[in-house]
Amino acid sequence: MTQLGWAELQFGVTTIFHFFFVPVTIGLSFLIAVLETIYVRTKKPVYRDLAKFWGHLFLINFAVGVVTGLLQEFQFGLDWATYSKFVGDVFGAPLAVEALAAFFLESTFIGAWAFGWDRLSARAHALAIWLVVLGTSLSAFWILTANSWMQEPVGYAISHGKAVMTSFGAVLTNPQLWVEFPHTELAAILTGSFFMLAISAYQIWRKKNVEAFSHSFKVSTIVAAITSVLVIFVGDAQAAHLVKAQPMKLAAAEALWNTSSKHAPWSVVATINAKKHTDPFQIQIPEMLTLLAYKRLSGSVQGINQVQAQMVHRYGPGNYIPPVAVTFYSFRTMIFAGTAMMALAYYALYLLRKKRFIQKTWFLRILTWAIALPYLANSAGWIMTEVGRQPWVVYGLQLTARGVSPEVSVSSLDIELSLMAFIVFYGAMAYAAIHLWKKAIQQGLDPDPDFEQRADEPKDLILGSTGAYD
Amino acid sequence: MWLRELWFVLVGILFTGYFILDGFDYGVGMLHPFINRTDTERRASLSAIGPIWSANEVWLVAAGGALFAAFPIWYATMFSGFYLALILILLGLIVRGVGIEYRSHDKSPKWRAMWDWLIFAGSFLVTALWGMAFANLIRGVPITRHKIYVGNFGTLFNSFSLWAALTFVLVFLVQGGSYLAIKGNPNSRRQGRRMASKMVWPAALVLAIWFIWMDRLPSAAGHVDTVVVLLQGLAVLSLLLGRIASYFTKYGIAFILSSVSIAATTLGQFRILFPRVMVSSINPHFSLTIYNASSVTYTLQIMSVTALIILPIILGYQTWLYWTFRKPVKDEEMGY
Repeated sequence: MTQLGWAELQFGVTTIFHFFFVPVTIGLSFLIAVLETIYVRTKKPVYRDLAKFWGHLFLINFAVGVVTGLLQEFQFGLDWATYSKFVGDVFGAPLAVEALAAFFLESTFIGAWAFGWDRLSARAHALAIWLVVLGTSLSAFWILTANSWMQEPVGYAISHGKAVMTSFGAVLTNPQLWVEFPHTELAAILTGSFFMLAISAYQIWRKKNVEAFSHSFKVSTIVAAITSVLVIFVGDAQAAHLVKAQPMKLAAAEALWNTSSKHAPWSVVATINAKKHTDPFQIQIPEMLTLLAYKRLSGSVQGINQVQAQMVHRYGPGNYIPPVAVTFYSFRTMIFAGTAMMALAYYALYLLRKKRFIQKTWFLRILTWAIALPYLANSAGWIMTEVGRQPWVVYGLQLTARGVSPEVSVSSLDIELSLMAFIVFYGAMAYAAIHLWKKAIQQGLDPDPDFEQRADEPKDLILGSTGAYD
Repeated sequence: MWLRELWFVLVGILFTGYFILDGFDYGVGMLHPFINRTDTERRASLSAIGPIWSANEVWLVAAGGALFAAFPIWYATMFSGFYLALILILLGLIVRGVGIEYRSHDKSPKWRAMWDWLIFAGSFLVTALWGMAFANLIRGVPITRHKIYVGNFGTLFNSFSLWAALTFVLVFLVQGGSYLAIKGNPNSRRQGRRMASKMVWPAALVLAIWFIWMDRLPSAAGHVDTVVVLLQGLAVLSLLLGRIASYFTKYGIAFILSSVSIAATTLGQFRILFPRVMVSSINPHFSLTIYNASSVTYTLQIMSVTALIILPIILGYQTWLYWTFRKPVKDEEMGY
């Protein structure tokens, strides 16, 4: 494999792994904030116990998110130095603002929240977790500002072979940002609610603290029902935005080799022959693609071959076609997983009346396994959006192959070694996180059996702890 | 144009903040398995940094972000040039961060012992490698006319940078000990005091030798002025004064003095560099400077306005955090 190939693989592996943890951080902090606010309002101790239980799972998740995030910020300079020199003027600014305006806020108040159960008043403590929600969401906003600029560069000029910023306002009002950010933020809250819903369902299924977990079942069902619909609406707007912004990505996501008629069908599944530029087998819904792309009944969608010809005309000879099968299937994986989450959320909502979900053991089993769905949808969504942009790293401005660090500074072997190290370390970390999650989930809301009772600690008998995690 | 100078100073301040704050985190991490015998002691010293380690590490993230935004060419050349060293720093940060959070979630002694040593190894590695990286910025590394690093991992190992690694480790041990002396439980306070008092003599000596060495480097010629010498003198002096303060049981002042020492050391290094950011050992004219490695004026203006609004807010709530957790750790309310 070439140096470029290793660098791409390293970016893909480490970024997908990082993004296993980020949406849970954003979404679960929001749900914990809701639970803790209910506690402050109603003073019912069960909500405090729930906030602590979910907070415990949240902190296990947060630690991995933070440390893998460090690499995210550094790896543009490590592996993509030529890219960094080319775009740093525009791209570096949102990353710096993210650190200053968002990450400081998030880290400070997570520390205060985790260790502040006894040092802060109930209200101040709830405020701390809301500030974490604000921090994580702002963080997503600034990172997606940077990513949106790679999808749709705006507010820049090319000067001395570098992209330089000419309008920060344009970077912030990038149309791509205003579909990408709401979609990602809603997906994160949906992820957090499915995380909570799946584990609550598991606890109810095995009859562990059923009364308490019914509360978190209810809260997460309601949030999931709302966000699962919104995320689809915004996602639809985001896909429709591709018609103008990135026609190649849209064509690849639909495996549409040639420009369609005015009544384009939508392929539910297809086999793809990328060499012959054909889809030998397809199951299609008539008119659907036109409807999705234009929200009306007539309009043709450009095909891969036609967009390729336009791009050769504009950017010179070259292959501007992304890996079609990967883009097509990742797009469908996201859509199917998203639809499944919506269906499950609404059935759960239907069962909320008179708590009928407690008896539906088969459904509780399904919900437990449904914890995989948001992870699948999130990863597939990012694979679709990043792979579908290839061969560009910045759409229309820089090819990915031109962005990698010079080989004399960073050899192929360097990247290979570091990738191996990351795989080993990340694997071990994931193993440790899952081990601790299992342990905490098994324990539920009961006091720790090994807990060494200290004479002067009568404060919290339910969780057997005064700190964040004993 | 003074914006480039301003951002050079801001990057210097962010790294100073990072070295002061994570300096004691890494110091505590390095001392952790040695000075604490029982599990309660170990939990106490981790709980002393528990609420703040993540907020401290953000100073590094902010420094990295500021480098990228204000000096993209510095960011790109340094990170790709020091590739394996930075990868090792990241791996060190990963194991110690996860270790601090995960260690006490499981009561198995094996699990805890494993994380104790990983926290130590991560803290040590990160400290030593930052020492080497900063030493090489000043000493010079092979950078071509086209601003490309042509050395390898081995280039970073030289007697001056290894001495810097030793210096950083000793100074951070003093800083970590001084922090535990005011924040730990009764036993870790005592152990922290003992370690800080022991380490301060070799630390001051090694630091002084490093400064003398630094000032005589060919790349420092013409850059060592009165300010540099004053900062270096202050760095050594405040370590020694910290020992005296500790003798008179003024542990808070001793901690402030070791922080001053780290600040003076870091700012002294930036002063010697100025206006260069990475010295080229091939030809001084190929060195990266704040003039040939920076973003355009417009970006710097945007960033300046943003930073001037946000930095006071950050200082405000971080101060609040430290104030909230100002009391030493008590055995009955340890977070970990």
